[in-house]
Amino acid sequence: MASLGSTRRTFAPWADPTARPYIRFENVTKRFGDFTAVDDLSLTVYEREFFALLGASGCGKTTLLRMLGGFEQPTSGRIFLDGQDLKGIPPYRRPVNMMFQSYALFPHMTVEANIAFGLKQDGMPKAEIAERVAQMLKLVKLEQFARRKPHQLSGGQRQRVALARSLAKRPKVLLLDEPLGALDKKLREETQFELVDLQYELGLTFIIVTHDQEEAMTMADRIAIMDKGKVLQVATPAEVYEAPSCRFVAEFVGSVNMFEGTVVEAGSAARLRDRSGAQFLVADSGDASPGDTVWLAVRPEKLRITRERPSEVENALEGEVWDIAYLGDMTVYNVKLADGRIVKASTINSRRSVEDALTWHERAWVSFLPDAGVVLTR
Amino acid sequence: MRRLLSSIGSRLVIAVPYLWLLFFFLVPFFIVFKISLSQPTIAMPPYQPVFGLEDGLSGLFGKLRQLSFDNYLWLLQDALYVNAYVSSVVIAAVSTLLTLLVGYPIAYGMARAPERLRPLLLMMVILPFWTSFLIRVYAWIGILKPEGLLNQFLLFLGVIDEPLIILNTTKAVYIGIVYSYLPFMVLPLYATLEKMDHSLIEAAQDLGCPPLAAFWKITFPLSFPGVVAGCMLVFIPAVGEFVIPDLLGGSRTLMIGRTLWNEFFSNRDWPVSSAVAIVLLLILVLPIVYFQRAQARAREREG
Repeated sequence: MASLGSTRRTFAPWADPTARPYIRFENVTKRFGDFTAVDDLSLTVYEREFFALLGASGCGKTTLLRMLGGFEQPTSGRIFLDGQDLKGIPPYRRPVNMMFQSYALFPHMTVEANIAFGLKQDGMPKAEIAERVAQMLKLVKLEQFARRKPHQLSGGQRQRVALARSLAKRPKVLLLDEPLGALDKKLREETQFELVDLQYELGLTFIIVTHDQEEAMTMADRIAIMDKGKVLQVATPAEVYEAPSCRFVAEFVGSVNMFEGTVVEAGSAARLRDRSGAQFLVADSGDASPGDTVWLAVRPEKLRITRERPSEVENALEGEVWDIAYLGDMTVYNVKLADGRIVKASTINSRRSVEDALTWHERAWVSFLPDAGVVLTR
Repeated sequence: MRRLLSSIGSRLVIAVPYLWLLFFFLVPFFIVFKISLSQPTIAMPPYQPVFGLEDGLSGLFGKLRQLSFDNYLWLLQDALYVNAYVSSVVIAAVSTLLTLLVGYPIAYGMARAPERLRPLLLMMVILPFWTSFLIRVYAWIGILKPEGLLNQFLLFLGVIDEPLIILNTTKAVYIGIVYSYLPFMVLPLYATLEKMDHSLIEAAQDLGCPPLAAFWKITFPLSFPGVVAGCMLVFIPAVGEFVIPDLLGGSRTLMIGRTLWNEFFSNRDWPVSSAVAIVLLLILVLPIVYFQRAQARAREREG
């Protein structure tokens, strides 16, 4: 497993200018009547990539996936797969397979027949079909369920059958529409890692649609964050979290404290004036210039919470401990500032008990280092 | 005490349909069955023996001994009845198939229509019920007769040179049955097709299945319970149909409903007509049992 991890770390074709994109969306727009589901969107996905489309419901992510599957036609724009324009190619002739959110297992067929369906359709010889089905059943660990009907299986087993069926034809690209949505949390977490291993072993390109940021971050090489039919940022999970491109991304992925302010001094030791008048020292103001309105996004775990004002840190705010959420692995403090704003600060509970911990309605200081936050201009 | 009362109460609730069946199906059935074992006579009622309370036990046994299965033997021996049964079943089966062929596309179209249109389409299927069945069948006479609307229209178009003879043939009976029973075919089909998950078709296409193949491999098998229900709802009443063959069919259209009517009203032979009815019931029990079993299987499959 160690070697697997290190191999995957070096996988970054998007950083290589000579790498050829495998799937390309070029200015794709999709309208349903007055509603624009996908708005002039361009996107590239590389071969063997595990790519996630992340966004709230109605953001256009499923429509994008369905256009790649051939179930919707773009109103304008083009989609290429391995250099081939997909325009006019019906779903049954596309070298992609889809795993449906509802699984869409054929209720009148056994597990075996479901998995064999696509192979039979291709006219594969019987012996080869049997072999491939056995192989698929083994892959998803359902050998002893081959002759069951879908309604005799649990949710997790159905999910596996759906996966096996969509992988049986060895598609160039596997599209997964909220594949784990119907599973309970524990099963979902297990399955996430299984999917990643499977994708790596088979060497396929996976595109997954999800509204669950944790799921996207656990599995994907890169994540595209979508809102109102547009892609806001395409980046690795770490980049999305630590260097969000805009306020929407920062707020959508994880929790964040957003300080609105004006740039006083730009550059590598920039100064911002907060709405309340407090001044922050920031390591990088990005492309903002003095006088601009910007937002400083600081993640709760990058804030320190103390009783006394720490002498060595410039950026500190005083407030009252308003709420404490004990989550086991960490504790989140909601600190209410003098102007009524709530700031979230979290601490890792690396010890089983802390003597003299902060408690409700105590005065406290939250502080952060100059490089703790990101300056956002939109 | 309260538990006792509620248990009596729940038994009463179950008893209602059973009592209904007892009084309105089983008792009349046995009366008809008893008449079918009697002999015709010119009297009021026109058969004997007639049981009465004044007979006493010995009189009852004496009368029971007069009952016989002669009428059933008579039915078997006379080719008229056998032919009428066979031709009724054939006409009903052919019309059921025709109704399925016409009804399936209608139900499919309704199920795939935009959701806001569906109640309207459903309404249009049910709408003919608002007019009397008899009047609607009479209307077909006006359409099908040699100088009727259909022939005039076809002559006007120049498709035909002389009027088609449709009325008073078996063709008219087929048309009448298909028209009259279409809603009974469309409604159960629509019910199964409408609740079908469209993503199943998409999944089939995704796996390389062109639309027509997807229909035969996914849609049709999954709608089979609806096909069976619709066919039974058409076939069972069509076998015993009387009004349609009487009004639209010719003298050569032999159907058991008409035979029954003749025996009962023209010949005043109540025992034979009762025997005809009992045999008809037995013939229909077979498909009904099959229908019940198919439904049970479908329920099992749905889990």
